[in-house]
Amino acid sequence: MIEVLPPVLILLAAAVLIGLTRGQLRSAIVLISPLITLWAVWQVPDGVSMTVDFIGYQLEPVEGSALRRLFATIFSLMTFVGGLYAFRHASALELAASYAYAAGAIGVAFAGDLITLFIFWETMAIFSTAVVWCGDTPMAGRAGKRYAVMHIIGGVILMVGITGIAVQTGSIEIQAMRAVDFASWMILIGLLINTAAPPFSAWLSDAYPEASSTGAVFLSAFTTKTAVLALILLFPGEPVLIGVGIYMIFYGIIYALLENDARRILAYSIVNQVGFMVCAIGIGTQLALNGAAAHAFAHIIYKGLLFMSAGVVFYRTGKRKCTDLGGLFRTMPLTCVCGIIGALSISSFPLTSGFTTKTLISEAVLTEGFAVVYFLLAAASAGVFLHAGIKFPWFVFFQKDSGLRPKDAPWNMSTAMVLFALACIGLGVFPQPFYALLPYPVEYDAYSPGKVLFYLQLLLFSGLAFFLLLPAMKRTLTITLDTDWLWRICMKLLANTLLGIMTAVNEVFSRSTYLRFDTMRTWARRHWGDQGVFARSWPIGTTAIWISVLLSGYVLLYYI
Amino acid sequence: MSIEGENDHWLVRPQTIRWLWTGFSVVLALIVVLQSVIKVKGYFGIDAWIGFGAVFGFLSCVGMVLVAKGLGRYLKREENFYDD
Repeated sequence: MIEVLPPVLILLAAAVLIGLTRGQLRSAIVLISPLITLWAVWQVPDGVSMTVDFIGYQLEPVEGSALRRLFATIFSLMTFVGGLYAFRHASALELAASYAYAAGAIGVAFAGDLITLFIFWETMAIFSTAVVWCGDTPMAGRAGKRYAVMHIIGGVILMVGITGIAVQTGSIEIQAMRAVDFASWMILIGLLINTAAPPFSAWLSDAYPEASSTGAVFLSAFTTKTAVLALILLFPGEPVLIGVGIYMIFYGIIYALLENDARRILAYSIVNQVGFMVCAIGIGTQLALNGAAAHAFAHIIYKGLLFMSAGVVFYRTGKRKCTDLGGLFRTMPLTCVCGIIGALSISSFPLTSGFTTKTLISEAVLTEGFAVVYFLLAAASAGVFLHAGIKFPWFVFFQKDSGLRPKDAPWNMSTAMVLFALACIGLGVFPQPFYALLPYPVEYDAYSPGKVLFYLQLLLFSGLAFFLLLPAMKRTLTITLDTDWLWRICMKLLANTLLGIMTAVNEVFSRSTYLRFDTMRTWARRHWGDQGVFARSWPIGTTAIWISVLLSGYVLLYYI
Repeated sequence: MSIEGENDHWLVRPQTIRWLWTGFSVVLALIVVLQSVIKVKGYFGIDAWIGFGAVFGFLSCVGMVLVAKGLGRYLKREENFYDD
């Protein structure tokens, strides 16, 4: 049964065509296919509109709902703006991989059953790894391998959970559940690995900053946010998520504060922002889920904008460390202003998209009366301004004069940034049309004077704290240990030790038993070797005689 | 310094920076004072106090920077730590 054109096919076809074409035709495909996808997304009606039979299960590759369309819309928009940003600079391979990756995200957004979800989940894993590798440095190669291993492990865990659910319930429908047994826990863990939840948060800040300046823009958008969508669909109101989310929020802030690499600061702040969404999903009320969905939408825009701004700097200067940058506002005013708009949005400054979406989450927490969570989120909002809102633009564009005088962004990169900067402000100033797209009805006024004043105090005094504490935040040429130490150092030591022990044992063993082993081998060869009695070929006649002897013996015994 | 600063971009001249500090101090004072006119709705009592947002935001940031500094003491490594 097929009622609509599955939107995912358009981007998949585009990914193939990008590889086959060149020049202006390729540019046209890059720019037009996301817009056709956007159109197709809005043709998907509510409910299941496509089914396919597969090994006894009915797959539902296209299922629509307001929530799914919302995510697919922002994925299509992101692909368009990301494509515009990248099409003159990225290699055909990177563009094709990015588009296939985006197709995977759209596929997950409309997946009506767990098997379809898994297929597109893995599509994303494969092509996002390819995007990391397109960073084209030895570092990117190694980081891409670690990234791939992490996502393969996540995929296996997810598959174990899906199989368990399918066996237990006989249904592969996507429906809300709780983490109560082994199978549902496996699904939850599989999803959480992609949100960069602890203890797996390190993959994100390890891999994304190693991608090219254009690749990182795509990477920042899809993997974590499809995981957020999957969590909204499968685990709304799962209490574990509140704690996990709060951990992610503070992890992101603390690590970003310690970080010197501008793009890694942004990577940590993805974990931080996704933490807000995960926490909201844990609360699970309609208002909270609206908040998670709205925040994911706004987040893709301002985070894309921040990565674009950092990407232009990287593209023009080849540098990404705060210690090497500074003073770039002189020659890159547009990139600087767009970076600042992204930074203000992520800090949920009034009149930006972050304010109109993140306060939905705070409001949901207030409605439930969770005082501790509310104050933690308020402190975290201050922390976001500290680690991303001021730190990123300050160290990249102001701080000191690094002596660098790079040109501002090329026209396509500028256009992409301006589009997203306008979207940040548009969603911040006119939130109501956007609220109408959310999965549940919204009766919420973001701009009550008291709330605006509270947030202004919170944020501006965080700004004061930043500048007073500046001496304490002097950048150092360091990295910060994370859980990836376990697999980058600890596992390596363990493997080397094991290998050493096994070599030693093997040596001792083989010396003392070599003679005995050799006798055994000769004996075995005599009987089972190519001329051995059990292995060599015999004439058919001999076999026939043996069979007749055995059969007559059997018949004789039967009668006795 | 001021002579050197004259040739630099207007935004980084010491005079501009002094002016920016004064301007921001006024804004900071204003948004706290404004709370006597605009009522901030308190949900848990304490959050309706005058200047609560300001103090809370400031202290949270100080706290987070101190925690980060403390953790950094144990977790920071040279950049080529992982060179494999």
